[in-house]
Amino acid sequence: MRSDRGTEASWSLKVAAAAGLLFLHLPILLIFVYAFTTEEKSFQWPPPGFTTQWFAIAWNRPDIWQALSLSVQVAAIATAIALVLGTLCAAAVSQTKFFGREAISLLVILPIALPGIITGIALRSAFSLVDIPFSVWTIVLGHATFCVVVVYNNAVARFRRTSGSLIEASMDLGADGFQTFRHIILPNIGTALLAGGMLAFALSFDEVIVTTFTGGQQQTLPIWMLEELIRPRQRPVTNVVAMVVVLVTFLPILAAFYLTREGDQIAGGGK
Amino acid sequence: MTMTAMTMPTTPPANPAILPGRGGFFGGLSDTFWRRPKLFLFLMLAPPLLWLGVIYIGSLFALLLQSFFSIDEFSGLIVREFTLSTYAELLRPSNFDIILRTVIMAALVTITSAVVAFPIAYYAARYARGKWKAFFYLGIMLPLWSSYLVKVYAWKLILAKEGILTWAFAKLHLTWLLDGILALPVVGGNSLSISYIGTYLVFVYVWLPYMILPTQAALERVPGNLIEASSDLGATPNQTFRHVLLPLALPGIIAGSIFTFSLTLGDYIIPQIVGSSRLFIGQAVYAQQGTAGNVPLAAAFSVVPIVIMAIYLWIAKKKGAFDAL
Amino acid sequence: MKPAVQFENVSRHFGVVRAVDAVDLKIEPGEFYAMLGPSGSGKTTCLRLIAGFEQPSGGHIEIFGETAEGVPPYRRNVNTVFQDYALFPHLNILDNVAYGMMVRGIGKAERHRAADEALELVKLPGYGARKPGQLSGGQRQRVALARALVNKPKVLLLDEPLGALDLKLREQMQEELKSLQRALGITFIFVTHDQSEALSMADRVAVFNNGGIVQEGTPQDIYNRPRTRFVADFVGSSNVIAPEVMKSLGGEHRWASLRPEAIRLATEGGVSATVAATSFLGAGTRITAEVNGTRLHVMVPAGEANLAVGTPVRLDWSASEVHYMDGAA
Repeated sequence: MRSDRGTEASWSLKVAAAAGLLFLHLPILLIFVYAFTTEEKSFQWPPPGFTTQWFAIAWNRPDIWQALSLSVQVAAIATAIALVLGTLCAAAVSQTKFFGREAISLLVILPIALPGIITGIALRSAFSLVDIPFSVWTIVLGHATFCVVVVYNNAVARFRRTSGSLIEASMDLGADGFQTFRHIILPNIGTALLAGGMLAFALSFDEVIVTTFTGGQQQTLPIWMLEELIRPRQRPVTNVVAMVVVLVTFLPILAAFYLTREGDQIAGGGK
Repeated sequence: MTMTAMTMPTTPPANPAILPGRGGFFGGLSDTFWRRPKLFLFLMLAPPLLWLGVIYIGSLFALLLQSFFSIDEFSGLIVREFTLSTYAELLRPSNFDIILRTVIMAALVTITSAVVAFPIAYYAARYARGKWKAFFYLGIMLPLWSSYLVKVYAWKLILAKEGILTWAFAKLHLTWLLDGILALPVVGGNSLSISYIGTYLVFVYVWLPYMILPTQAALERVPGNLIEASSDLGATPNQTFRHVLLPLALPGIIAGSIFTFSLTLGDYIIPQIVGSSRLFIGQAVYAQQGTAGNVPLAAAFSVVPIVIMAIYLWIAKKKGAFDAL
Repeated sequence: MKPAVQFENVSRHFGVVRAVDAVDLKIEPGEFYAMLGPSGSGKTTCLRLIAGFEQPSGGHIEIFGETAEGVPPYRRNVNTVFQDYALFPHLNILDNVAYGMMVRGIGKAERHRAADEALELVKLPGYGARKPGQLSGGQRQRVALARALVNKPKVLLLDEPLGALDLKLREQMQEELKSLQRALGITFIFVTHDQSEALSMADRVAVFNNGGIVQEGTPQDIYNRPRTRFVADFVGSSNVIAPEVMKSLGGEHRWASLRPEAIRLATEGGVSATVAATSFLGAGTRITAEVNGTRLHVMVPAGEANLAVGTPVRLDWSASEVHYMDGAA
């Protein structure tokens, strides 16, 4: 922390910041290299040779496709539920004043504020208590619970930026509640909802801890990967899947960033 | 305004002051909602409250309730009678060690994250502008949001005995140093990927963005001229850091520590994949509810992080950390 | 003809706060009516009760003889110019102005033509394609005005419409609003905390305090004959004189107001005073004189007096100029 004067950062600060960023990114890049290795049995570095054959092998593995398709289904349904619940909550909290507003914010944040294992085991014991068999729907139920918060955070931030008098102005000019929602509210919060939805999708697509408790025999892609990590079958195939997962999750994050960069931030939050 | 351009008629007699309703289902519904805002609010809040307040909180309470039951040692069945004996079991040396180990790990991870995060957060908040600001933002966001398992997996590759780290130490003729570290009692091990050091490194890596973001948010609010004022008044850069910057950034760091601490307390996958075979709280919960079938003990174990976090949050709130979230 | 707006014993309470408390008022059609008062005095809540954004806790509201309570804002033929203009940021200026017609189902060609005309009326022809963000504060204000007027409302409500404009623009808009109101014949109800704005524009002014109307009357009434000490203080510029001082100056033992223009410098008679300060105001000079421990403002034409601080003077006024009032602050 030398020389804070002026707008130029000190040499040591630059090095520390750059090293920190490298620390965050190098491990992910390493995955990309390993996806092309010819070594099958170990994590040998440097790779003895490079090949693209694992992509073809991974492509032809039905278990990967099944896991992927389940993950997409779960994420899509959980996102849809989270969009409805998160928007309703955000609208209620930001458009009206009522007793217990603070409690609602806390309630929405709780599923990600508490360690995932608690959410997972709580839901699991509740399912067994009322005899609900594990299925796609129990996974969705768990995912939607912690996805609500990202939609909520994005929507609340946008509602806050949207002047409250816009809604009054619309009603004043003769639009009823539904017209106001369609012509004024939706266009103004649309991109925030899209961003929140994408983040919710990414969050659900990646979730593993809660899923281990709420899923039965069904394997989502992260569960498939966890199995491979604990009991490896074909390591290079796992490498390929890991690389694809990184690339696929980057897209919605980048999209969400561009959708919300004017002013409000992507609601980080936990997982 | 030029009134000659007036084309608007003055209010004709057929212009009523109160317009008739639009009619139809939606028109009527809109009027009803407007007349009864409480009903409307209730209808808006009912679905999320039903989901989160009833299903989710209900499950948490069911879990809490289970922790006051016990398990019959012979039949292995759950005895549904109120008892504190399950909590007493937590104090058994083998179980208490798990708690202690997890809390120490969480504390070390939190402190390290804070130290590593600060320069990044400070640079991003104070020096990065325009394009660089976006670069830093994405540079923190992308690792935060990329797949948790992939990140853990990447470290399994890095820390493996035949992996890149061993190779790098060898290339730098530092193999003796790595061997020395691995030979350390308790924290060392056969290879980094099955040692406490490995677990610790992965925890720091995976939770670091959660520390950077709130710290950066807190630093963004420190006006630049405050730092100039401090050095203008004769403070050395070190003094400025200690007396101006750190106190102002502290709420953000505490907010970040809530994440790093809580996430470490509850994680069971990282120590399972990278680490020694000694259990952490998350693993204990998982093992107790799964293979051991002792749900009351698992529930009691899962109450531990909740209680620790409640105490932690209470202290953090006193320090004003929530304003930086 | 029925009054444009009539309040009968109207109250609006928020919990224990009585934002509007038992207000009676009657606004005639075609009138330019100002609601003047400090913030929190209830004037804006009254405006929102007329627009329909608030519902009365008690009492009865009529708009052109029709019951208004229970009628949502979108069914009231009343339009508002908002303090922050509330232009829809995602719509261009033309669609902003045409919004009211759009939601009423008027065809695109017709509503765009009417919106164009309205933009011409507020001297913004050809601005239709722009977005609100590309306009200056004054221009946005005109768009907000056009957007409200294009619906031909029976009553136009203006909530501190000039508050965000700079002084020169504000004076210009005051004149334009007044002539526009005359030409259209629409009832304008105008909320402001700026007494000079209210006095210069309105046909009638209601002075609000603590959720009620303290005095209602023409600008001349309000200025010359404030009913209470509060009105005199708030409208300002008049000398407000405490009962003891008034008595010592030969008047009654009551609160009184005395306009600075009504006091003249005398050579003999009157009361003796000392000049405490003078300030040159262009058209005249304001002398602050100390009399019996009270300071009085005296307005004299420019050039009439050039008095140094500390000079003894004599002040005189005719007893009929003294206006006695209620002491309520």
